[in-house]
Amino acid sequence: MSLTALSPKRAPRTGQDAPSALYDIPGPRARARHLVYGIVAALALLALVAWVIHLLVDTGQFAYVKWRPFGYVGVQELLLRGLGNTLKAFALAAVLALALGAVLATGRLSEHRPVRWVSTLLVEFFRAMPVLVMIFFVFVALEVQPLPALVTGLTLYNGSVLAEVFRSGVVSVDRGQREAAYALGMRKTQVMTYVLVPQAVRAMLPTIISQLVVALKDTSLGFLITYEEFLHAGRLIAINMDYTMPFIPVVIVISAVYIGLCMLLSWFANWVARRERGNLKNEAVPVGRAEAAPTMPGTRM
Amino acid sequence: MRTPAPHPPHRVVAVLGRALAAALLLGTAACGAAGSPPARGPQPGKLPHYAVDTSFSLPSSPTWKSARERGKLIVGVKEDQPGMGEKNPATGTFTGFDVEIAKMMAASLGFAPGRQIEYKAIASANRETALQNGQIDYYVGTYTINEGRKKLVGFAGPYYIAGQRLLVRKDEKRLRGPQDMAGRKICSAVGSTPLQRIQSDYPRAEAVAYDSYAICVDNLLNNQVDAVTTDDTILLGYAAKDPGALKVVGKAFSKEPYGIGVPRQDRALARALDEAITAREKDGDWKRAYQVTLGLSGRPAPKPPRVDPALTR
Amino acid sequence: MDVLTQNFSLYGEGFWGTVKLTVYSSLLALGVGVVMAGFRVAPVRALRVVGTAWVTVLRNTPLTLLFFAMLLGLPRFGVALPFELFAVLALGCYTSAFICEAVRSGINTVPVGQGEAARSLGMTFGQTLGAVVLPQAFRSVIAPIGSTLIALTKNSAIAGSFSVVELLSTYKTLSENGYSVIWSFVWIAVGYLILTLTISALFHAMERRWGVAR
Repeated sequence: MSLTALSPKRAPRTGQDAPSALYDIPGPRARARHLVYGIVAALALLALVAWVIHLLVDTGQFAYVKWRPFGYVGVQELLLRGLGNTLKAFALAAVLALALGAVLATGRLSEHRPVRWVSTLLVEFFRAMPVLVMIFFVFVALEVQPLPALVTGLTLYNGSVLAEVFRSGVVSVDRGQREAAYALGMRKTQVMTYVLVPQAVRAMLPTIISQLVVALKDTSLGFLITYEEFLHAGRLIAINMDYTMPFIPVVIVISAVYIGLCMLLSWFANWVARRERGNLKNEAVPVGRAEAAPTMPGTRM
Repeated sequence: MRTPAPHPPHRVVAVLGRALAAALLLGTAACGAAGSPPARGPQPGKLPHYAVDTSFSLPSSPTWKSARERGKLIVGVKEDQPGMGEKNPATGTFTGFDVEIAKMMAASLGFAPGRQIEYKAIASANRETALQNGQIDYYVGTYTINEGRKKLVGFAGPYYIAGQRLLVRKDEKRLRGPQDMAGRKICSAVGSTPLQRIQSDYPRAEAVAYDSYAICVDNLLNNQVDAVTTDDTILLGYAAKDPGALKVVGKAFSKEPYGIGVPRQDRALARALDEAITAREKDGDWKRAYQVTLGLSGRPAPKPPRVDPALTR
Repeated sequence: MDVLTQNFSLYGEGFWGTVKLTVYSSLLALGVGVVMAGFRVAPVRALRVVGTAWVTVLRNTPLTLLFFAMLLGLPRFGVALPFELFAVLALGCYTSAFICEAVRSGINTVPVGQGEAARSLGMTFGQTLGAVVLPQAFRSVIAPIGSTLIALTKNSAIAGSFSVVELLSTYKTLSENGYSVIWSFVWIAVGYLILTLTISALFHAMERRWGVAR
């Protein structure tokens, strides 16, 4: 994700960032005014934070007994096992979605009209359906166990989205590349595998990773079909009366881990994007466009 | 060359590998106390031992046959109802009256409760699905027998007749039954039958709905609500956790026959379970199971119900 | 077909529940999202920090976790809202982060000269943003906002698992009444298709009317 807005000293001066066009380089009076606004906003923010902390302290959320369960090996193992199940579902869904995406993208780029139609229909349908509807359909109607149901739903949905990413990547490779390859006498498969796909994947890698962040976040839907993932483990601790029902501590711990994991993946996507931008092999492909940020499920309609 | 040498792909792999190794190290280095935090409320002594019927055989039941081949039963229970079916997060063990029933049923079906049962926690919303897709062999978990469910699953039992009552704070004087609920805040789980009953039959009570009974009890202890209402079994379980602060009051104002859920087409299993329930009620195992679980709340064991043969016909 | 005709009112109720969830959450998300986008480009650092934190946290949190945190956490402080309101809050806040990013990238597409011209006329930040840049940015964010709202519609299915009446949760009642599960799901799918296609058509029309010529 872009952090330009976080570097206030640089943003107004470079003149390249669009936000800089919105306000002048502040003069003495504007600076004083901004200082006042800043202090007011910061105070309001601090007041809000203080109020929340007061509320938490007031209701005893930082009491020792509320956090004591986390000190036990059994509880830690329960959480780690839950996290492990989350990562297992994620890994399976990611690999299968990438494979399905490749198949569907190939279908959509096929020269045979029926193949193209069928792939387009599948991609459009699975992208238009809520992923939870698919998960519940597989779980309830096809009578499948929770993990395969979750993985199937995530695969169908993310696979279709990835198919579109792959396709647009291949299409966006400069025409000259394709023409040159054909001129060398390559067959279509060769043009695809040796020339177009490697360049497309390079250009689209940040987008692909961003879509995987979506898959990671969506593994928590397994919670709703009794898959014993991370959130499920947290709930078990949160509603236990022997542990004085530590809802808030559990929510704090769980969200920190989820946000950390997703940010790590997003950061990885950005790192790849930055690295690709300075890579000679990508001269032919406009890579600057692909933006890396966790996308909302189904944003790419 | 205007760019620094691009990182070869194995660099990425190396970085990832190192990160993974660090994560694993952190994971294994997780340190802390063994066992589980101290439990609240009176504790049972030794749990009863149920005699295993080693000669039992039921080839006409597909569920039993596949369990025998597997070498163990997979039993669905609740994991969040103290006193009925509760999972200890730290040790992973299940306790409660329903769990005891599940154990004695397994013993009657020829499986050793200690090592031949695998418990699966199934939430209320997924009970029918779990029985339909073969996730579990049978389900014991505050499962009221009713017409809608009978269309989806089979039932054995009932093994207990619960009823809706009120859980209040120990110092509560005025709230002694459903007749005193007018103007008081009464809490129950969203979408549950007890909540609907309060809303339709006692419109002057102020109904409050939360996601689970645990939140209701939490708010009861913090004076945010005046009573929690649902099946008395569930309420007794909470009362047993904190008998100094909570009590169950009033007469039951509904009748909830609890059954054991089985796959719908497996009548043979349901009949075998019916026989097992009757036998265990007779030889005192049923009562012993009550005393080490719900009995801890101080309420003496009721008379066990008769199984309903119409359910398995 | 029987499943639909015999349970039309049940489906209607679920459909209407999903529509209500979508509309209210969209309004909340648009409101909060635009304000947060304003914060993220504001000259005051504290506001930028608020905007960035809002977006970073919400974009990286699973929606299920957000529902879970609100439904279990807020009652802890005695906040007893109807579950529909909890759902609207969770969905609206979650989506607002994505709206914010869409609007912010829309602001980036407005030519720099526009902002500069506004400033040279002596306009303040508020005037530049409100009267010059945002109206132009609006033209280029119609499509991304449309996709985000479609995603919101689809995400509203999660609310059904938290005791809110909506389209997906109708399957439960239907299977209890003995109807074919597969056909129940077919009509649920049709319901979602109707909703997403309607939103898509609506935003296409808006795009044709006001969108940037590409």
